[in-house]
Order: sequence, then structure tokens, then C-alpha cells
Amino acid sequence: MEVDVKKLNTILNKYGGDKPYILAMFQDIQKEYRYLPKDALKYICDKLNIPFSKGYEVATFYKAISLNPRGKHTIHVCLGTACHLRGGPNILDAFERKLYVKKGNTTEDGNFTLESVNCLGACALAPLVRVDEKDFGKATPVTVNKIISEFKDGE
Amino acid sequence: MTISPEQLDNIALEYKKKVKIYDKVVKICCGTGCISSGSLKLYDRFKDIINFEGLSAKVLVKITGCHGLCERGPIVVFGDDEILYQSVGKRNVDEDVKLLIETIKSNKIADKLLYKGDDKTKRYVSPLDIPFYAGQNRIVLSLNGTIDPEDIDEYIQRGGYRALYKALKMNTDEIIDWVQKSGLRGRGGGGFPTGAKWRSCKDAEGQPKYILANGDEGDPGAFMDRSLMEGNPHAVLEGMIIGGYAIGSNQGYIYVRDEYPLAVNRLLKAIEKAREYGFLGRNIFNSGFEFDITIFRGGGAFVCGESTALMSSIEGKAGEPRAKYVHTVEKGLWEKPSNLNNVETWACVPHIINNGWEWFASIGTQGSKGTKVFSLVGKVKNTGLIEVPMGKSLKEIIFDLGGGIQGDKKFKAVQTGGPSGGCIPAEYLEMPVDFDSLTKLGSMMGSGGMIVMDERNCMVDVARYFLTFLVEESCGKCTPCREGVRRMHEIVERICNGNGNKGDIEHLEELARAINLGSLCALGQSAPNPVLSTIKYFEDEYRAHIEDKKCPAGVCKALIKFSIIPEKCTGCTLCTHECPVKCITGEKKEAHTIDQAQCIRCGTCYDNCRFDAIKIE
Repeated sequence: MEVDVKKLNTILNKYGGDKPYILAMFQDIQKEYRYLPKDALKYICDKLNIPFSKGYEVATFYKAISLNPRGKHTIHVCLGTACHLRGGPNILDAFERKLYVKKGNTTEDGNFTLESVNCLGACALAPLVRVDEKDFGKATPVTVNKIISEFKDGE
Repeated sequence: MTISPEQLDNIALEYKKKVKIYDKVVKICCGTGCISSGSLKLYDRFKDIINFEGLSAKVLVKITGCHGLCERGPIVVFGDDEILYQSVGKRNVDEDVKLLIETIKSNKIADKLLYKGDDKTKRYVSPLDIPFYAGQNRIVLSLNGTIDPEDIDEYIQRGGYRALYKALKMNTDEIIDWVQKSGLRGRGGGGFPTGAKWRSCKDAEGQPKYILANGDEGDPGAFMDRSLMEGNPHAVLEGMIIGGYAIGSNQGYIYVRDEYPLAVNRLLKAIEKAREYGFLGRNIFNSGFEFDITIFRGGGAFVCGESTALMSSIEGKAGEPRAKYVHTVEKGLWEKPSNLNNVETWACVPHIINNGWEWFASIGTQGSKGTKVFSLVGKVKNTGLIEVPMGKSLKEIIFDLGGGIQGDKKFKAVQTGGPSGGCIPAEYLEMPVDFDSLTKLGSMMGSGGMIVMDERNCMVDVARYFLTFLVEESCGKCTPCREGVRRMHEIVERICNGNGNKGDIEHLEELARAINLGSLCALGQSAPNPVLSTIKYFEDEYRAHIEDKKCPAGVCKALIKFSIIPEKCTGCTLCTHECPVKCITGEKKEAHTIDQAQCIRCGTCYDNCRFDAIKIE
């Protein structure tokens, strides 16, 4: 993946090139590319004057950062306690069956990445599914179908 | 800009005048819960119609933070709690907007949108009469769901930033004294006396000092802090500025978890406004005191809710906990004295300063003062956010406020304290809820998640759930936590799959002891709690799995089989529609059958059948 140095510099400058903001920089880069490309990681480490291993440590420690390309849409199935009790695992099962992927993976067409998350904080509407930035509360297997068709390629 | 108290009064007065010209104020809840139920769409449509009808000069439509009763969202409130409409626009936005307009035009109350009692006959107009709200004592949440979180003027009109002004006139020792005497204890889980923490940080040597707010609400099943940051961000800021002044710090950080984008957004806007008005920055209220706040976004790691891990994370490192031989109040962030409190704790501070410590100390129990916000979720009828005085019994919370168990099933347990807490069975329902009583029961207060479970929840599965969570979230620094929790998970997984052995329970208890003794941070030390408390109160369920290879609640898939009782099945076909793998067949009005080879044992048919025709074996 080609990274745009200009974009990386803008992100670096936004945080004044300040080391403690490395995670925030990674998050911004991920917003741009939907993952953290290796070249971008290297570039940031060089500019911040820290060893690559340190940057890699931060990038792999936090679940929000992905070193692998992600799908166009990320589906987060919440498996917090309330969602677990109200059938969250069944919703995840349904997505896995319908999309032919296991959680943590991306569909072949690159449209969806399926993830589980340990609580999105909308427990009153369990089970919850978040697609990109949109939440779907009280999800059922019917919601799963609805979500897949709503976010199908091209929409 | 330096603001004066007279200017505060002016802003409040101006705001009052601005609102007075409207005949009606309509508030639409736009907390995360209501947004996912469609409140933003409702807001847009409603605004359009208001404009179309030429009512925009008469009606003020406002966005508010979480109102609490998320279960019935989107929530719409008229005036100051005059009318509460629930589930507005959930089925049909246009139809419900029409009803709202009718209420505005002719004061006609829409029966259909009112909250209905359990017997379906009683209708409640004002939220203050609904048992869910009537049983609460809202202090921290008093403005949540009332004010527009993005409008600083409204916060000021409701008395905001008055506590800051008052505090800046006080002696710093006096402020800490007040907080100490108020009996305020940390709302994030530990319950450490807040005043004592402030005192140690103030007395610690070293400069600069840092003020930190923990908004990394990682406990699954808890969303109090999110609602507070989204619904009333200025309260958190005001508390932090007061803390900064008392302790002698000029820089604050709020650490917000990555999963809460709306909270980050609203806090950023609030900080910007606070700077503009001069509540942040130099020479606040002409006192010479300077303070600023920066937001730090987490990266989706549960362990970052732990104080030292949170500080490592802000320093730009992996969020691993550090040893606390030297407390963080002495050497915390960048090895400097740092005072970390939970956002709810910070939001209590302005109330204590405004109303005095005596007032705060008069609420609650002997050892736990004030109120506590809980997220009441799980198998309870009214799920949502509540605030009650410390000492209210579990029974009152779950059955009076929560309205009891969904589908009137049998209550089994309530889980508090997240992955560090435990499950409390029915025999302790009368227990008053405070820091000490929950610890005595083998659970803990935690940050305030209260997850209700019914007879259809398997306690061994719950233990497995928390272990899965902890295996994923253990940062891996300490071997007993990283490896021990994994081993415990393997054992419990085995039990759930019907391969449990005699001696497994004892083995689990032994591992639990080792993990507790050998882990550095509180997360590791308390990791075995969900297992220990379920063994303590539900050992018979473990035994049923191990010895009889049965899951009494019908959850553990390897141990159960769903089948249809032909005599009870009416052939309504509901289950055939709901079944996610379409493995139920049968003619209409005739008994159906389940294809066992296809069945994934999800239990959807069982939960949906209205005739008790599905049995679990």
C-alpha cells in the first residue's frame, strides 16, 4: 500500500509531533486508510525518533488499531455482559453464517470486516450491533439480514 | 477572557429571556441509546414539520443527553418534566410527529405515546410519576436529559460554574476538607476516599501536578460515565477545575475510551466553550489560577481503566500497569504527582461545593455517602440509567425501579462490579447496596453496572463469559493472570461442553487463589471473582454440568436439545419465522418439528413460543 507522506505529515503536525500522541496519530491514519499500513507505522516512528519496535508495540497492544487491511464497513457485534445475556452470541453466529467469515476477518469482496467488541455502552438496547458509526439496538437475526443489505457494496 | 460572577448572572438571565419567548420547550433525548432507536431522524423530521407549520417562533426543540429510560427510547419530554412520551417514532416517525404537533397545538395528550404501567391500564403523563423515575434521587444526573449538553449557557442558567467561583474564593485546604468530610468515595470501583487522595496529592512533592479523569468505562454492562460525559460534560469539567485548584495543578486530562465517539465529541465542544468563556485558561474568575484540560482517546484496551495503565497510555506507551509501591498521587503520570478520579466522582464535586459537605454526608449509609448511578440492564423490564441514594436495597432497585424481570420469569442473580465483581443470588435481595455490603457478598460496587439475570441464564456460562473476556483483555504482563485465567477458561469451557471432571471446582478455586496473590494490578487480582462467586452461590449448577452433564438453564449448547411438545404446539408458525437456520417445519395449525441435525441450539424458538410448547432436554 502506498502511503501519502503529505497526509502523514498533516497528522503529525496536528499533534505537534509529540510522542505521547502516537496512539492518536495511529487512529487518525487508520481513519484515512481503514488500517495502519506498515510504511505509515515506519514513517511515524522515524519522525518521532523512536524504535520501530516501540511503535509496533503500541500498534499491536490496542485493539482499535489494525495492521491488516479492513473491509469497507466494520461490523462490531457487542458481546458485553448485557448483550451476551440477551443473545449477542447468536447475532455473531448469524453474521458468521451469512457473511461466510469468522469474527476478526474480512469478507472476500472486501466489504465487511466482522468484529466482536466487549461493550459499546448501550447496554439497555442489548444486543447491540454497530456498523461503522451507526448503532442497531435490540438486534435479531432479522436485523442481521437488514444490516447486510443496507451496507451492501455500492451503498 | 476573564469572567466575573456578574457576567455569569447576565448569561443566565439572557438565556432565561431567550427561552421565555417560546410557548413550549420540547426535548428530544439524543443519548447513544435513543440515537440507536432513531432519535436523530425523529429530531430532523420534527424540526421540519415545526418549520413547515410555522411554529418555530413558538416552539423550542432541544437535543438533550441521556434521559435514563433507554429501553423506551426515543424519549421526548415537554417542558420541565411535564409530559414524557416514549418510543416516539419507533414504528412510524410521521405518525408520531403528527401526535407531537397535536400536543403542541391543542394541548392534547397523545395516549398512545405515554408510558404505560405493568397492567397496561394506568398511563403516566409526567415522568416524575413513573416508578422508574419516582424512586430515584438524581443529583449527578439532575441535568442529564434536561439540558442541551452542547449549550454552555443553559448549564450556567441551571447554576453551572457557580461552584467553581465559590471554590476559588475558598482556601484550598478548606475545599479538600469539605470533600473529605462529605464522605465522597471513588465512583470508579475502588471506593477510595476522594478527599484523602486529594490531600496526599496536594502534599506530594514535585511539580507539575496532574489532574486526571477516568472515562475509560471498560466494565461490560456499564454506561454511566458515557451518559454523563455525553449528557452533561460541563459538570465533569467543573469538578476537575475545582480539583486542580485544590491540589495545585494546572493541567488536566480526560481519558475516554475509543468506543465512545459521541462522548469525545461533546467533551471537546464543552472544553472549547469553557475556554472561550474563561473557565479554562489563565486567571480563571480573576483568581490568578490557571487550568486547562486535554482529551485523550483510548485504543480499545480494558486494562487502561486501571490507574497506572491509563497513565502509561497517556504517555504514549502500551497501557500496561505498573507496580504501585509508590502511589500515583506521588509518582504518576510522567513520574509526577497525579490525581485520578472517575468522571462520576468529578461530577459530584460541584454539588458538594454548592450545597456543602453536610448535605452530601446526610445522604447514603454510614460508610458510603451520597448517591450512585447504576446502569440497570439485562433481563429487567425497565433497562436504563438510574441514580439512587447509597443503601437502597437490590430488591427496590430491580423490582420497584426496574419493574421486575422481563416476561415475569424468575429472578436468578444480579451481577455487579463487571469482570472484577460477582453474582449475587436471590437470598440477598434485601441487602442495601453500598461499597461495603457488596464486597462482603464477594462482589463489589465497581463502576455501577448492574446486570440482572433470570432462570434462563446459566451461571457456569456467565463464568465462562467473564473468563473469555479476561483472557482477551489481560495485558499479559503478569504470568498468573495471563496464563492462570487461560487455564481457568479451559476448565470452565470443558465443563460447559459436558466434559467436566470431578475435582474441577477445587482446581478452579486453587488457580483463583494463585492469580489473586500473584497479579500486580487490581484487574488480575480480582479476575477470579466471577468464578468464585458463582461457585459460592451456584455450586449445584456446576455439579449438574459436571456430574449429570446437564445445563439446567438450557444455555450450554453441548448439553441441551430443543424439541416441540406436539400436544402444546398450536402451529402458529412463529418459531419457523424466527428460527435463524430455518430448521423448524410443519403445516399451519399443526404441530411442528425441529430438525435436530440442523438445529444450532440458539434457543430463539424457546424464547419466542407463547404456548410453552418447546422443551429443553
